[in-house]
Amino acid sequence: MANALVSSSPTLPSLGNHVRPAGVRKKRSFAPVVIRCASLLACIAFWHVASTNRWNVIVNFENVPSPGAVCQAAVQLISSPKFQSHLLSSIARVFSGFGCAAVLAIAIGLGVGRSKLWSDLLMPPLELLRPIPAVAWIPLAVLMFPNPEESMVYITFVGAFYPILLNTIHGVSSVDSNLIFASLTLGANRLRVFSDVIVPAALPAIVTGLSIGMGNSWFSLVTAEMVAGQFGIGYYTWESYTLQKYPNIVLGMIAIGLLGMLSSLLIQRVAWFFMPWVKLGANR
Amino acid sequence: MKGQAHSTGSGQAGEISIRNAGIAFLASDRVVEAVRDISVEFGPGSFTTLLGPSGCGKSSLLGAIAGFVSLTQGVILVDQRPVHRPDGSRGVVFQHHNLFPWKTVRGNVEFGLKMRGIRKTERQRPVDEILDRVKLSTFQHSYPGHLSGGMQQRVNLARVLVNRPTVMMLDEPFAALDAQTRLQMQEMLLELWNGLKMTIVFVTHDVDEAVLLSDRVLVMSRRPGRIRADFEVPLARPRAADQLTSTEFNRLKKYCLELLREESLAEEGMTEGEPAAIQEPEFTNRLG
Repeated sequence: MANALVSSSPTLPSLGNHVRPAGVRKKRSFAPVVIRCASLLACIAFWHVASTNRWNVIVNFENVPSPGAVCQAAVQLISSPKFQSHLLSSIARVFSGFGCAAVLAIAIGLGVGRSKLWSDLLMPPLELLRPIPAVAWIPLAVLMFPNPEESMVYITFVGAFYPILLNTIHGVSSVDSNLIFASLTLGANRLRVFSDVIVPAALPAIVTGLSIGMGNSWFSLVTAEMVAGQFGIGYYTWESYTLQKYPNIVLGMIAIGLLGMLSSLLIQRVAWFFMPWVKLGANR
Repeated sequence: MKGQAHSTGSGQAGEISIRNAGIAFLASDRVVEAVRDISVEFGPGSFTTLLGPSGCGKSSLLGAIAGFVSLTQGVILVDQRPVHRPDGSRGVVFQHHNLFPWKTVRGNVEFGLKMRGIRKTERQRPVDEILDRVKLSTFQHSYPGHLSGGMQQRVNLARVLVNRPTVMMLDEPFAALDAQTRLQMQEMLLELWNGLKMTIVFVTHDVDEAVLLSDRVLVMSRRPGRIRADFEVPLARPRAADQLTSTEFNRLKKYCLELLREESLAEEGMTEGEPAAIQEPEFTNRLG
């Protein structure tokens, strides 16, 4: 295979035919778009066929609502204030839990990544609690906080905290020492090295932590709402099951997926705004 | 042809005095001696090259002058004051791009002035001036990742020079560049030096570069690095690439190459004891 490639294109090393030399522009083609759309449509078509024909082979589609039924339910719900308030309360919980986690984890991570003392002081208890998944905190969180609202915010906080913390520590401790030397020979003092070199150099890693943390906090929140909530999109999805409003289950799932995706996108966009050099793909 | 090399303009800053310097460090439970017993002086405004095989400790010595490598022995004085830590008066240009990727060209160049607490409005003029000198004015808003290797090194030069250092150290700054760009950069460096007159300590393993650029060449031995030869380059200034082919140049080059060859043979254990006498050209090896 490799030999064939080499002999067919003597000027190019055997990189495979999808690799072009730099500077050769890719021809604009709509074929990939068409293929991707077709793939999506095929999945929806399968869902439609399976649910309307009530297939029951290993997976039981008898109670799965069809795409049409879900769309109908969506049209009704979009305008309903109740659905919107479910969404809003979930969003508020995620952002308050995630926000607290971001502030605290970045602050601790910056300290721990640069200072042995901070690390020795703070890391042992944090490491001890780390293997406990956020979801496992639910019962204790319910007992620890005066009302379910705060316990759910706490669960989202736990979900987001560790990825942000660990990525921040990693980012801070792996700053290229040449950059630090360079800043020192340019006259920076310790404080400026930290604020003007270490923090910006760690930013890409911190952002990675934030976007993983965001995903985790949605995941944790939805679970917490199913167990302990009286409002919110997770609760809504579970309630739809108990009330046998099956199309609404799927709707809740889609809403959760969309919210998770949009909030990750938000983080990415905000990050690009603050780190234009990363978007250039030319970090090094 | 005159001995204008590091003529001591009295009162000028940038005098480096290295006395009995030794550097050793611990590498996986073994003490590695990078340089041993080096004593040498660099006059203000001089251009000296440390030439030596890779791993001979020349970068360590440079780091010690800059202040981020500590001596295990001896002392380094710059303008009569011992060096303890890095500061903006002794700039370093490294080989590997260590520009701040999150700052634009302008942001990188401004950095030193910002660290000294100079206000934004007052940073403008010196930054414009130095960007103009390294011919990067039109790229000032680009990020380093978008620049070619040669341009990145120009930013590096500008970033150091905007601080008006009295000493500028360059650690194989052009080694990663292609031959054409390297020549351009060498000429640009000479031009900048000619205008700003700081003391330059230049580290390289490239003989052509050493002879073309400097007033004085120190050839270092293999690790632990010591000064093997110390001679002045009597080529006329201003220098340009066409001197690379002159007889005088070739003679100096041949001398350096033989010294380096000795070192690499000795390292491989192919010679024993004292290195064979090498025929010196008419100029004097200052070590005698």
